[in-house]
Amino acid sequence: MSLFAEKNTAITGVGMSEVSRGATQSALALTVDAALEAIADAGLTRADIDGIATWPGERSDGSGFSPVGCAALQDALRLEVNWYAGGGEAPGQYGAVFNAIGAIAAGLCRNVLIFRTMYEATARKTAYANSLLREGQRQAGPFSWYAPYYTYAAALQQALFFNLYVHRSGITPEQVGQIAVNQRRNAALNPNAIYKTPITLDDYLAAPLIATPLRLYDCDVPIDGAAAIIVSRMDVACDLPNPPIRIEAIGSSMRYRNSWTQLDALDTQAQPKVAEMMWSRTDLKPADVDIAQLYDGFSYHTINWLENFGFCERYGAKDFIEDGTRIALDGQLPVNTGGGALSGGRLHAYGAVHEACTQLWGRAGARQVKGDPRVCATSTSGGPLAGAMLLVRD
Amino acid sequence: MIARTLPVIDRDNEAFWTWGRGGKLAIHRCGDCEYYVHPPAPFCPRCEGRNVAPQAVSGRGRVATFTINHKAWVPELPEQYILALVAIDEQDDVRIASNIVDCAAENITFDMPVEVLFEPVEDLWIPLFRPVQS
Repeated sequence: MSLFAEKNTAITGVGMSEVSRGATQSALALTVDAALEAIADAGLTRADIDGIATWPGERSDGSGFSPVGCAALQDALRLEVNWYAGGGEAPGQYGAVFNAIGAIAAGLCRNVLIFRTMYEATARKTAYANSLLREGQRQAGPFSWYAPYYTYAAALQQALFFNLYVHRSGITPEQVGQIAVNQRRNAALNPNAIYKTPITLDDYLAAPLIATPLRLYDCDVPIDGAAAIIVSRMDVACDLPNPPIRIEAIGSSMRYRNSWTQLDALDTQAQPKVAEMMWSRTDLKPADVDIAQLYDGFSYHTINWLENFGFCERYGAKDFIEDGTRIALDGQLPVNTGGGALSGGRLHAYGAVHEACTQLWGRAGARQVKGDPRVCATSTSGGPLAGAMLLVRD
Repeated sequence: MIARTLPVIDRDNEAFWTWGRGGKLAIHRCGDCEYYVHPPAPFCPRCEGRNVAPQAVSGRGRVATFTINHKAWVPELPEQYILALVAIDEQDDVRIASNIVDCAAENITFDMPVEVLFEPVEDLWIPLFRPVQS
């Protein structure tokens, strides 16, 4: 298996800015905070960073979805790099990591700074809701097929897939609600989480419907914040202070129709083939996984990943998450241990990878999973976008 | 009801968004092997032919999946409306995003038979679907 380039890379440092529902700093300042923390955590200096990657790159549309790109961060930190890339056409948010692995394998870089910045909390104070649509402007690109039909939010579009999943799996709202309840319970132990007050299943059920079957607590929370990780070549990583968190395997495939309307598997979205690819690149099995940081833009994504990673059978997640014990911090497979995006804040999969490393390095304080977790499965998702990584600390 | 956001029109999607003027739903189809290609593209992925052009279909289909909106995302938006993916009768893997109209939210079901109708907006004719009337 030594031919797979990810096996020659490791995460060597992580950083996260203050995460809030309304920042007092600029998006660039948050990004700099996260980047400097990650560089220092890895035992490196700015001069050691020779690559930068982000997803989806700078979007100057006022949405706050990705207000800082490679160029702005590079210039702010005056980094001198051999390679950089930021762009949205990739297998989900971890596309930036997969690109960095390629750059390292190509001999371009030794230490790549990867980051994701969100400024959606501030953006939504000045714009209508979180609308995908712009008043008076015609819509181009893949969402143009949805534009005339009042598809104002990702919640509506994604609810199409989730409702079919409910129809086919028979999952109940009481079962789905375990995801939100579990993550809020974990967030209560995470000083950096946005929402720390525990919720009950009754709270979940009493919250408003957004778009059938999505309820309020199924949706992640827009924030201002930034997360950064350093991915290093393995020989470099071995000389750095943190035990290397090896990227044991990745899933980056897209073997379905790459379309938000024609995607082959509507109820599972693009995840199954991605998970299959990840497992094909490692000898490890689902039973070897200690913790899981699964994408939770919506709670249903997490439910989908439990099945697609093989932690349970297709349409078996409803039994797996029943009563919430298996996915709890002291359960068989602790899931989204820092509260995830639902309660921790929407750092869009980079909160998940930050939490994965925090747990694997044993730094998670009150929420630290017992038993010295060493293997974490993590994922990104949403329609045709999906990516997966298996992270291992030896 | 507030204005619908319209798509940018190009040579590939023009028929889809304008043939409603004549009461027709246009879907691209391969002239050689008769495979429907949607979203419209100038290539048939089944026979590799380039003879692909818009053709009128029956306008009938089934609700492949749906959601009922409950939130007023913008002022004046009615809170309850149905967003769906409709699979056309001619080829089940051709799915069209649309609103289901003339249908109460409590009556929408998976696989419900629906038929097209059109709403003119500016220079376009937006395909909508309603439960089959007959």
